[in-house]
Amino acid sequence: MTHTGLSLGIDIGSTTAKAVLVEDGRILYEKYQRHFSQVRQKTLELLEEAAEAAGDRPFTAAISGSAGLGLAESAGVPFVQEVFATGEVVRALEPDASAVVELGGEDAKIIFFDGGIDERMNGSCAGGTGAFIDQMATLLGLTADELDALSLESTRLYPIASRCGVFAKTDIQPLLNQGAKHADVAASIYQAVVNQTIAGLAQGRRITGKVLFLGGPLYYCKGLRRRFQETLGLTDDQAVFPDYGRFAVAMGASLYARSAGEEYTMDRLREKIAHSSAVRDAANLLPPLFASEADYAAFRARHAAATVAEEDLAAYKGSAWLGIDCGSTTTKAALLGEDRQLLYTYYSSNRGNPVEIVREQLETIYGLCGDRVRIRGSAVTGYGEELIRAAFGVDRGVVETIAHYTAAKHFCPEVDFILDIGGQDIKCFKIKNGAIDSIMLNEACSSGCGSFIETFARSMGYDVAEFARKGLQAAAPVNLGSRCTVFMNSSVKQSQKDGATVEDISAGLSVSVVKNAIYKVIRAGSADELGRRVVVQGGTFYNDAVLRAFEMELGREVIRPAIAGLMGAYGAALYAMDLEESALISPEKLGSFTHAARAAVCQGCANHCRLTVNSFGGSKKYISGNQCQKGLGLANAQELPNLYAWKRDALTSLRPGAEIRGSVGLPLSLGMYELLPLWHAFFTRLGFRVEVSGLSSRRVYEKGQFSIPSDTACYPAKIMHGHMEVLLERGVDAIFYPSLTYNVDERGGDNHYNCPVVAYYAELLRGNMDDLAQTRFLYPFLNINNRRELARELFACLHPVFPDVTKKEIRQAVDHAFAAYEAHMTAVRRQGEAAAAWARAHGKRIMILAGRPYHIDPEIGHGIDKLAASLDFVVVSEDSVCHLADPAPVHVLNQWTYHARLYRAARYACQHSDVQLVQLVSFGCGVDAITTDEVRRILEEAGKLYTQIKIDEITNLGAVKIRLRSLIGALEEKGV
Amino acid sequence: MVDQNKGYVVFTQEMKRTHTILVPNMLPMHFQMIGRVLERVGYKVELLETSGPQIAETGLKYVHNDTCYPAILVIGQFIHALQSGTYDPDRVALILFQTGGGCRASNYIHLLRKALEKAGLGHVPVISLSMAGLEKHPGFQLTLPLVMKMMYGVLYGDLLMTLVNQCKPYEVEKGSAQALADRWTRQLAGELTARSAGGYRRVKANYRRILDQFAAIPMERRDTLKVGVVGEIFVKYSPLGNNNLEQFLVDEGAEVVIPGLMDFCLYCVYNNMLDHQLYGMQKLSQPAYRAAYQYLVGKERDMIAAIAAHGRFTPPTLFTRTVSLVQGTISMGVKMGEGWLLTAEMLELADKGVGNIVCTQPFGCLPNHICGKGMMKPIKEKNPAINIVAIDYDAGATRVNQENRLKLMLANARQAAREPEPAGSRRVSGSAL
Repeated sequence: MTHTGLSLGIDIGSTTAKAVLVEDGRILYEKYQRHFSQVRQKTLELLEEAAEAAGDRPFTAAISGSAGLGLAESAGVPFVQEVFATGEVVRALEPDASAVVELGGEDAKIIFFDGGIDERMNGSCAGGTGAFIDQMATLLGLTADELDALSLESTRLYPIASRCGVFAKTDIQPLLNQGAKHADVAASIYQAVVNQTIAGLAQGRRITGKVLFLGGPLYYCKGLRRRFQETLGLTDDQAVFPDYGRFAVAMGASLYARSAGEEYTMDRLREKIAHSSAVRDAANLLPPLFASEADYAAFRARHAAATVAEEDLAAYKGSAWLGIDCGSTTTKAALLGEDRQLLYTYYSSNRGNPVEIVREQLETIYGLCGDRVRIRGSAVTGYGEELIRAAFGVDRGVVETIAHYTAAKHFCPEVDFILDIGGQDIKCFKIKNGAIDSIMLNEACSSGCGSFIETFARSMGYDVAEFARKGLQAAAPVNLGSRCTVFMNSSVKQSQKDGATVEDISAGLSVSVVKNAIYKVIRAGSADELGRRVVVQGGTFYNDAVLRAFEMELGREVIRPAIAGLMGAYGAALYAMDLEESALISPEKLGSFTHAARAAVCQGCANHCRLTVNSFGGSKKYISGNQCQKGLGLANAQELPNLYAWKRDALTSLRPGAEIRGSVGLPLSLGMYELLPLWHAFFTRLGFRVEVSGLSSRRVYEKGQFSIPSDTACYPAKIMHGHMEVLLERGVDAIFYPSLTYNVDERGGDNHYNCPVVAYYAELLRGNMDDLAQTRFLYPFLNINNRRELARELFACLHPVFPDVTKKEIRQAVDHAFAAYEAHMTAVRRQGEAAAAWARAHGKRIMILAGRPYHIDPEIGHGIDKLAASLDFVVVSEDSVCHLADPAPVHVLNQWTYHARLYRAARYACQHSDVQLVQLVSFGCGVDAITTDEVRRILEEAGKLYTQIKIDEITNLGAVKIRLRSLIGALEEKGV
Repeated sequence: MVDQNKGYVVFTQEMKRTHTILVPNMLPMHFQMIGRVLERVGYKVELLETSGPQIAETGLKYVHNDTCYPAILVIGQFIHALQSGTYDPDRVALILFQTGGGCRASNYIHLLRKALEKAGLGHVPVISLSMAGLEKHPGFQLTLPLVMKMMYGVLYGDLLMTLVNQCKPYEVEKGSAQALADRWTRQLAGELTARSAGGYRRVKANYRRILDQFAAIPMERRDTLKVGVVGEIFVKYSPLGNNNLEQFLVDEGAEVVIPGLMDFCLYCVYNNMLDHQLYGMQKLSQPAYRAAYQYLVGKERDMIAAIAAHGRFTPPTLFTRTVSLVQGTISMGVKMGEGWLLTAEMLELADKGVGNIVCTQPFGCLPNHICGKGMMKPIKEKNPAINIVAIDYDAGATRVNQENRLKLMLANARQAAREPEPAGSRRVSGSAL
C-alpha cells in the first residue's frame, strides 16, 4: 500500500461543517459552511467537492467536532476529539504558542501549553460562543457582519451578563429599549464573550505570551478580536489570528487521520457515511400532538371561538382609545372603539428601537383616523413603558400584570389562571376572588419562551410559522425534557444524531416550552393547582403546537384568545377607556419628533450608575439606568427608613484603629457581612489596624475574575476574589477570613450550619489565588459558639504569625468582640422595630427584603433596596425583624442559621397585613432551591403574596421594577 | 397519620409487618446485600431497579428544578414506582439515608415528603436511615448486630466492585466477571442473614475464595488506560445518575478505578472526631467514635490485606493513607458533602498511578465548588501530569456533551501513554502538515 500523504479532515461543529484535504502540508481543498443540522447530507456535499480535488487517489480520513461524534461512530470512520485535534495542529505549526483560545458555534476552549499542557472546554452551562453572537445579532435586527462592523464604532461598554445567552438577552433588551447606541451594545456583547471565556475557562491561569485565536467567530469578527486583545493586554505580535483559524480542527483531524491509518477511496467513504444511520430510542418519544387531521380541525374550530369584534378604522367614526405594549422583543398596539371593538392592531419585533416603531405606528394611526376619530385616552405597558410614556406623552402607564388581567377578564370574566408566554418572559397569575393572588415569573436562566423556538427554527433554516406547522404533523415528537436554552441546544443535537426529523424536533420543543412553564415557573404538580378556567396568551401561543402541547400536559382545555399576542396592548387600551381627554402627542408635534440617546455617568453618589439619557427634542428627556432618584435630578422627597442602607452605613462607619501590632485585612463578602463588627472589634482590640475591603463594585469583581475556578458558584462568592485583590493592593500584614462550618447558634432550628460556600470558600481562595503568597492568609476553623474554644483556636492561629500575642489578650479581645457583635445585632433589631413603627405611623407599606447578610452589598443586591424605597416601601432586612416572630415548625430540615431567619421573617410577614416579603436569591445558590419553596409555602398558607427576585452578576432592574410594581398592583386590588 | 409532634408520618411497629420498604439503588451489589440483611430481621424490602428518562422527568415534576440532580432522581424513582401501579401505596414505605451534614443532601428526606404530598401520596411513611439519629421511627430501629451485618455488606460490596472493575476490560467472555459477582452477591446475602453466619473467620475465608474465583476468570492482555472516578457519592456510583459512565469508559478501553463505599463511611465517622479536635464539640461521644473508627479501619485493612496477600489484584488504598495524602492541600475541616474526601480521593488515585480522573458532580453542587473544581489547581500543581476532567450531571445536561468531554480526557490520556515525558515539559510533535 503506497502512502500518498493525502488526508482528509472533517470538522462538524454545532452549526458549521468544515473540511480540508491536505497533501504533504499543502491544502488542496478547504470549505466552511453552515449545516443547518443536516449533518449527514452536508458532509456528503463536502465530500462531493473534495472528490474533485482528490481525484481517484486513496486518502486517509478522520472526523472531529461535537456533531461529528455520532456520525463517525455510526459510519465507522476514525474520530478525534476537537480540542485534542486543535492541540495537535498548534503543536505542529506554532511550537512557540503559549495558549490557544478557540470559539466555536457552541463551545469555547482554551489550551495552555506553558508549564504543563492543559486543555479546557466550557462546561455544560456556558454561553458566550458563536451561537450566542448570532442570537444577539438577531435581537438587534442585524446580521453578524453588521454587528461586527458596528462594534468597531463603539465609544463605551455596558456590562452584560455573560453566563448564558438567555441571561445576556435580559440585559441587552432594556439597554435597547432605553435607547442605548447599537454600536456600544455590539461591542458590549463581544466584551461579554471575552469575560465569559476568561471567567469560565482560564480559572486562575493568566492568558499571556503568544496566544492563538481560532474558530469561526474569531476569524470573522474583527470587533471580537479587538476586545480579546485589549482585555488580555496582548501586543500585536502576541495576539495571533492565523488564516487557517476556521480550519484548525479540520486540519487536526487530517493529522490524526494519517496516524489512524485507514485509507479510503472517495466512493467508499461516501458510501459509509450515506449508509450510516442511528436507531431511535423509543423510550424518548412522545405521542403525536394530533392523532388525525380531524382532531386538528376540531381543535382549530374550538379555539376560533375566542375572538374580539373588529371594525375597520377607515370607516369608523367616533372616540377611540389606544393601548401600547412595549415588550422586551416585540411592540404591540391596539386601538379600541366605543364598544371595545378593535379598530387597529399592530404586532412586530421592535428591532432594537421601540421608540421609532411607536412613532411610525402613531403616524399610521393618525393617518387612518383623519378627522373622524378622536383618541380620548392612551396607556402603555411593558418593559419600555416609561420610555414610551415620556417620549409620546402617553396618558397612563400600567404594569403588565394588571394589563393582562384586564384583557383576560374580557374573554373569561371568571378566569382562575392566566399564563402568558411572550418572547422573553413567562408570566403566570393566579386569580382569587377577583384579584391577583400570586404572580410567578420565569427566572432569567430558564426562559423557554417564544424567542427560544424562534431561534431554533432559524438555526434549522425555517421561519417560525412554518416550523410550528411542521410540529403539528410530527409522528413521534422527541422528548427533550424541560431545560434552559443552552442545554437544549445539545439535546437537540443529540436527537438529531438519533435520527429525529425537523417535525419531531419542532413538536418536542413545543412540549418542552410547556413543561418549562408548568414545572419550572409555576411549579405545579397537577392541573388542579392551576384552577378550572385557564386563559393562555402571549405571542408564543399563536403556535398551535405549543397550545396543543399545553392542553395535553394539563389534560384540560384552555382558552386562547384570537388576539393572544396583543393582550397587553388590548388590556392597556381597556385600562385607558375611562379617560376623556388625551395628552398624547399631537399629529403636528409628531411630525417634528426627534429622538437621540447618549450615555452618561451619574455623579449623585459613589455608586456611579451608568445612565442613558434620551432626549426627544426640546427639553423632554428620559433618563434610565439609575438605581435611585438622584440621577433624575430630584433627591428623594422623603427619605424612608431602609434597613439595608442603615446596615451598610453601620458597617462602613467602622474605622481602623491604631496600628500597634500590624494590619489585618477583612474581605467584605459572604459571612464577613455578618461578623464584621465582631472581627473588627477583635483585631482592633488586639492592636491591629483593620483594613476592610469595603463595599463591592463591578470593578472589584473584575479585579479578581481571573482566579475563579468554578464559574457556576454564586456571585457573592466569586466577588470574594476581587476583595482579596483589594486587600493585597493595600499591603496588609495578614488577611483573615475564618472557615466556619457552624454559624452563630440562634436557637430554634435543627442545626446552625453555614452553607458550604460561606463556610469553606477560604480553602478555594487559598488554592487558586497565587498572589496570596504575598501576605499571610489566615482561615482557621473556628467554633463561634464557645468563647473558650474560640480563644484557644484563635491563639493557635495567631500566635505563630504574631508571637507576642498572649492568650489572655485574646480571651479579652474575644469578649470585647462578642460585646460589639451583640451591640450591633441589637441595634439592627431596634432599627427594624423602629422602621416598622415609623411605617405604621406614616401609613407606608413595609417590605422585608429577605436575603442573606451579604445581599445588602450594593453590587450584589444591585440597589434593589433603593428601588423598593423609591416605590414607597419601608425596607427592612430579614435579620431586623425575625426576632419578632417565634420559630415555628417548618417542613424542611432547618439547619442553616441565615436561612432559619428567612422562615421566621416569613412568619412575621404572615402576622401583619402591612408587611410584604420579597425574597432575594443569588443565582447558583443551591440552598435556596429549598428555602424558596418553603418560604413560599409559609406565605401562601397565610394568604400572602410571595415574590422572588433572582440576582446575579448583572441584574436587569427593569424586570425587578415590573415585579415590584406588580406586587403593588396586586396589593391594591386586594385592598391591602 | 402525620405525627403532630414530629411533623412526619411515622413508621410504626405495625407497619413492619404490613409495609414493603422501597430502597433506592445507588450501588446494586452493596444495596442488595444490605437489603437482604434487613429482610432477615423481618422487614419486607425491595430494591428499585427502574431506569430511563421518565425517572428524571417524574422528579422534575415534583421537586424544585434547581435542586441537586440526585434528589431529583431518587425522588423521581420513588414516585414513579408508587404511580406505576406495581405497589399498593397504602402498604409501602420509603427509606432514605440522611447524614445530617451541612449540605443540601440532609434535606432530601424533607423534599421527598413535600413531593409525596404534592403527588397525593402524603400518607406514605418515609424512614430516615441515619447514624446521627435525626428522626425516630418505632418500627425501624437499628441494632448493633444489624449495623455490623450491613457493614460486612459494604466490605463485600467494595471487594466485588474492585474485582469486577479489574477484570471487566480483560475478560475473554464478556460479562463473566459481573456474572461471578452477581452469584457471590446472592450467596453472601444469604450467608449474612443465616443464623450461623460463621463469624469473622468465615468472612475472611470468603475473601480468599472470592479472590481465587476472580483470578480464575479467563482473561487476556489488552492495552487499557486506568481511569479513576470520584465525585458526589450518588452520581459517582449510580449508573442512573451518571449516564452509565462506567460502561462508557470500559467500552472506550479503560479500566475503571472507583474508591469504595467504606471510605465514605469512615469519612463520616472521622468527621465526628474532627468536630472535637477542631471545635471541642461532641466531647462525650468521642470514645464511641474512636472505637468505631478503629474497628472499621481494622476491617478495611483486613480486606485490603487479603487482596494484597493474594497477589493477583491491585488493592484499594487504606483510609489512613488517603488521610495522610490530603494534608497540605485542603483542611479536613471541610466536611460538607464529600468534603475533603473528594480531594483526597483524587490525590490517592494520582498517588497510585491512576492519573486520569473523572470528577463527577451534580450541576451546581455547592461543596464541589470547593472540594472538586476548587482544588484542581493545587492538585495539578502537585501532580503536573494529572489529567482530570470535571463532568456535571443534571437533568438538563446531555450525554453528547458529557461524552465529548470524556473523549478529550481519554485522547490526552492515550497521548500521554504513547509518549511518556517528564512532567511539565512541552510536547512538540515531530510531524508537520
